[in-house]
Amino acid sequence: MTTETLHAADRAQPALSDALLSVRDLGMTFPGARGVLRRMPGVRAVDGVSFDVRPGETLGLVGESGCGKSTTGRMLVRLLDPTAGTVAFRGQDITRTSQGRLRPLRSKFQMIFQDPFASLNPRQTVQQIIAAPLRAQGASSGEIAREVRDLVQLVGLAPEHLERYPHQFSGGQAQRIGIARALATRPELVVADEPVSALDVSIQAQIVGLMERLQRELGVAYVFIAHDLAVVKHISHRVAVMYLGRIVEIGDKDDVYQRPAHPYTKALLSAVPLPDPAAERARERIVLLGDPPSPANPPSGCTFHPRCPKAQARCREEAPLLTLTTRAQQVACHYPET
Amino acid sequence: MTPHPLLEVRDLAVEFPTAEGTVRAVKGIDFTVERGRTLGIVGESGSGKSVTSLAVMGLHRGATVTGSAKLDGTELIGTPDDRLRALRGRKMAMVFQDALTALHPYFTVGDQIAEAYRQHFGGTRKAALARAVDVLGDVGIPEPARRAREHPHQFSGGMRQRAMIALALSCDPDLIIADEPTTALDVTVQAQVLELLMRLQQERGLGIVMITHDLGVIARVADEVLVMYGGSAVEQAPAEKLFTAPRHPYTRGLLDSLPRLDDEDGAELRAIPGSPPSLLAPPAGCAFHPRCPAYAATSDGRCTGDRPPLRTVADGHRSACVLDEVTA
Repeated sequence: MTTETLHAADRAQPALSDALLSVRDLGMTFPGARGVLRRMPGVRAVDGVSFDVRPGETLGLVGESGCGKSTTGRMLVRLLDPTAGTVAFRGQDITRTSQGRLRPLRSKFQMIFQDPFASLNPRQTVQQIIAAPLRAQGASSGEIAREVRDLVQLVGLAPEHLERYPHQFSGGQAQRIGIARALATRPELVVADEPVSALDVSIQAQIVGLMERLQRELGVAYVFIAHDLAVVKHISHRVAVMYLGRIVEIGDKDDVYQRPAHPYTKALLSAVPLPDPAAERARERIVLLGDPPSPANPPSGCTFHPRCPKAQARCREEAPLLTLTTRAQQVACHYPET
Repeated sequence: MTPHPLLEVRDLAVEFPTAEGTVRAVKGIDFTVERGRTLGIVGESGSGKSVTSLAVMGLHRGATVTGSAKLDGTELIGTPDDRLRALRGRKMAMVFQDALTALHPYFTVGDQIAEAYRQHFGGTRKAALARAVDVLGDVGIPEPARRAREHPHQFSGGMRQRAMIALALSCDPDLIIADEPTTALDVTVQAQVLELLMRLQQERGLGIVMITHDLGVIARVADEVLVMYGGSAVEQAPAEKLFTAPRHPYTRGLLDSLPRLDDEDGAELRAIPGSPPSLLAPPAGCAFHPRCPAYAATSDGRCTGDRPPLRTVADGHRSACVLDEVTA
């Protein structure tokens, strides 16, 4: 990267002094498969991702499969070690800290997973599951018992659930257990990776409502990763749209949803079917051609150009940087919507 | 034009014997699909929507199916399998959610389509392969002659779904049953596949049964909608009516709990409390009553008595709520 583009990136992303989480130029390149004579080139799953999360706010991270949103989420909590860039929590770089030095900080950022059953130990009771992070922090057994009781109540479960095992719960209840475990150490940030997409529609609203209430009561910040644009719109304050490992647009929720500046954001929003037949039939729809490309073999220039209805010659050659639009959002497009 | 509707289902019920007792997965439902029209069946997991489609296709294993399902006047329920096999694929075909498990991994896509075609029409392998290339082209697969020689794993998710639609269309059926055909797809690819199904319907006058949990997809494609809950139909209405004037408390709850792109900001999601019922031990009476706000307000005994049947509440609109005072 040249000095000039570095400058441009700096201009676009001033460091926030009040940020809880600051992510700069985060990258993840998975090593390629070993061939007969040499290793295949690596896969750039995440490339140059930068954003801030303020205390108590929700940043929605949306995109289609393979866009790198889950990989990004895992790097935020150091479940994956990034190959480039930094993640700073309250100004402290946690990217290269050893796991041992990281441990006291770990209580401050937690994760909720998509499949509640896969992320709960089937041989532990709810009591044991929720107590585990407290025990790891060295709490006394009296404290643990009291905390666990409060936590199950907080997430809307009953005390008699404590002695049961995960398989005795429905998907929605199991997700509540996952949330209680994530909140046990009073984190300031929770990264939630598709927390409602495995749940029935009528249960999704319960979990989204619960997460919103917990944010109001505890002031916890969320990075909410999902492919469902309607859910993200509902829960987020700010939204970042990812495509093939990069953020193509980021801004306040209203700007991104009401006035999308990136052609991909616009197409993505127009592809979501509305539960309203009259509106559905009257709607102008941008149907993108083709599938999202593979990160193993990304297109040149702007990686969206082969599917973009507005692509010009420049888009095939030159990758656009995230720059501030006339409004508050940032967009990575040579010809943004105005 | 025959006088029969394309598909007429009456009092269809499906039961599974299990170690813990009999599961009544579908408890007597009725619906009709006309040529060129789409019936959407919407429901959550365990509502019986997929079992209904399998029973119509005769693909249920180990289940007891009663009632009637007539395809163009021909009874399907209780018909021996060899006779059904002549209809399956030829007159009615199915599109599944997961194309990777529905297609055979060992054979090329072209061979699989050609094989299905020869089952019904015979002819040479070469002619059938040519037909396969044709339908692959029809569903918008670029370079169909080359892709026909590839295996399913060489296709992307969206292309695989198109290939499965091509397989379903290869014998020019009258009815397509699509069970969550776009659920595994990205939203931009989902838009392409829905567009394709609607184009094919227009060109060929297909009747479509679209089974999904996604009310947005229903609003996009369905003319008529059947809402299922706990194995029963709770509401049935023209799509327009169902979304603008839902009558059953479950349908209303479902619509209220849905986050929408066109929502007002800060609108609270009104979740339905509780969980969908267990099919092994279903609640007495109306399966929805333990979660129903109307029942909570009235504790009406009629909700816990007999299972409420669908009643006509407006023109072409039926709902199975005993608390709904019919004024029309």
